[in-house]
Amino acid sequence: MLELHALSRHFGGVKAVDGLDLTVAEGQIFGLIGPNGSGKSTTVNVVTGLFPPTSGRIVFRGEDLAALPTHQRLRAGIARTFQNIRLFGQLSVWQNLWVAQNSAEDQARHGFVARWLGGQRGVRAEIAQLLEFSGLAHKQDELAANLAFGEQRRLELARAMAAKPKLLLLDEPAAGMNSEEIGQLRERILKLRERGVTILLVEHVMELVMGVTDRIAVLNFGQKIAEGTPAEIQAHPAVRKAYLGGDPS
Amino acid sequence: MDFYFGLAQIVGVHTLLGLSAYIVLLTGQVSLAQAGFFAVGAYTAGMLTVLAGWHLVPALGASALSGAAIACAVGFPALRVKGLMLVIATLAFGEGVRLFFFNFDYQIARGDIKVGPLGGEGFRQIRFFPENGWTTGEVMLFIWLFVVAAMALLWWFDRSRYGSVLRAVGEDELAAQSVGINLTAVKVSAMTIGGAIAGVGGGLYAHYTTHIEHTSFNILVATFAVAYPIVGGLRNVFGTLLAVIFVQAFLIEGLRFLGDWRNLLFGALIVLAMNLRPSGFLGARRRA
Repeated sequence: MLELHALSRHFGGVKAVDGLDLTVAEGQIFGLIGPNGSGKSTTVNVVTGLFPPTSGRIVFRGEDLAALPTHQRLRAGIARTFQNIRLFGQLSVWQNLWVAQNSAEDQARHGFVARWLGGQRGVRAEIAQLLEFSGLAHKQDELAANLAFGEQRRLELARAMAAKPKLLLLDEPAAGMNSEEIGQLRERILKLRERGVTILLVEHVMELVMGVTDRIAVLNFGQKIAEGTPAEIQAHPAVRKAYLGGDPS
Repeated sequence: MDFYFGLAQIVGVHTLLGLSAYIVLLTGQVSLAQAGFFAVGAYTAGMLTVLAGWHLVPALGASALSGAAIACAVGFPALRVKGLMLVIATLAFGEGVRLFFFNFDYQIARGDIKVGPLGGEGFRQIRFFPENGWTTGEVMLFIWLFVVAAMALLWWFDRSRYGSVLRAVGEDELAAQSVGINLTAVKVSAMTIGGAIAGVGGGLYAHYTTHIEHTSFNILVATFAVAYPIVGGLRNVFGTLLAVIFVQAFLIEGLRFLGDWRNLLFGALIVLAMNLRPSGFLGARRRA
């Protein structure tokens, strides 16, 4: 599904991501963990095209993404959420989802004028479904800026889903959530997988990562120091060292 | 009565100018190029009615097209820069247009006199309205037909998906592109529509004043254009209209009896208005 080949992104002398090789298979929930500043968010930003890579290749479904600008990568099937929530605060919840319906399928299905002026029945039904999925149906006319923190996180996930992605990049979706909310998020992530969405989950909250992922890669200083199943990772000495800073035994 | 009709003409044309900046401002871009598009529209319509003998309506269509075309051409390079850099880039464009018309001569003989633009002397005798016997009231109604049409168009855009997309781009470009919005297409289209509206406004302006020159399109006009939607607020198109009435009818005409004190009060009252309503008369809905 997604392959990173020797991917690097440097900022001046800082090697935020340094020679990263990664393969996410279709249908997987793949965890990407690591201490703060280890290059997880930078990886997401490079995959979505917000920064060009310094070197290396990104291959998505057999196609090199280098030439595609961010908005076309979304059309190709890659959507994301942000670590620090970035909703359109002065648009309503409903409008936040409306503007995000930019999948290739939506573009093909509706004519140019109809798409830009919007409002067809199919569009409304899809938004209603997303609102239902996120438990935000009763808030659809509220301004996104007025939502509570947990609701904003849910809306961001729904907004990413509005583009019908094949690959979803979640950048610390559980940050700031209590354990009940994390439980709900976990349910949602598993439901998305049932629908056939491949997920790359960047996360600190081990409770979530260890519970839902099929495979995990660990980054430290921009390099992959370990990869394996959650059980393997938990037992891995280099991982314990990077996280706990020292010999755990 | 003619005084009020004349005032309504000014308010109408300035509303078009303000609306042209409004749609660009929705995408978060502060453009000082609107006076340039206004100038292009004014000279285009004036030359077509005076030199080519066109009726005003098709001439205004040509103004809209020329304003849109030049705005689209400016949009591509200008919108690569943001914030203050964009202000400077669009300001430079506006001044470039003004200096072009300062040096632009194209006169032909019409009987004993020569008509057409004559550089720094300006373009006199744009007499479509008096030649066809239109009264001030009729001219005023004609102008407002376009104002209402432009307001209705932008009102409708605001309600459509396109309007939400414009505001999404204005709010967070990074998030907008991450949900698949093509920033260039959105910004350039807003600029182009703004250019068309400014072009029509310019064409109408040229005909009700009958005389245009380069100073009619200076930095002050560019500043007014972008100040209207800012003072009026971006909730909807009526904010811009309110701001034009506030500035043109109240501050400029209404306070004329104050003599020289008016100029002092003019600035003070705008500062006061912005302090009382920081997000404009009809500001965006408040955050909690």
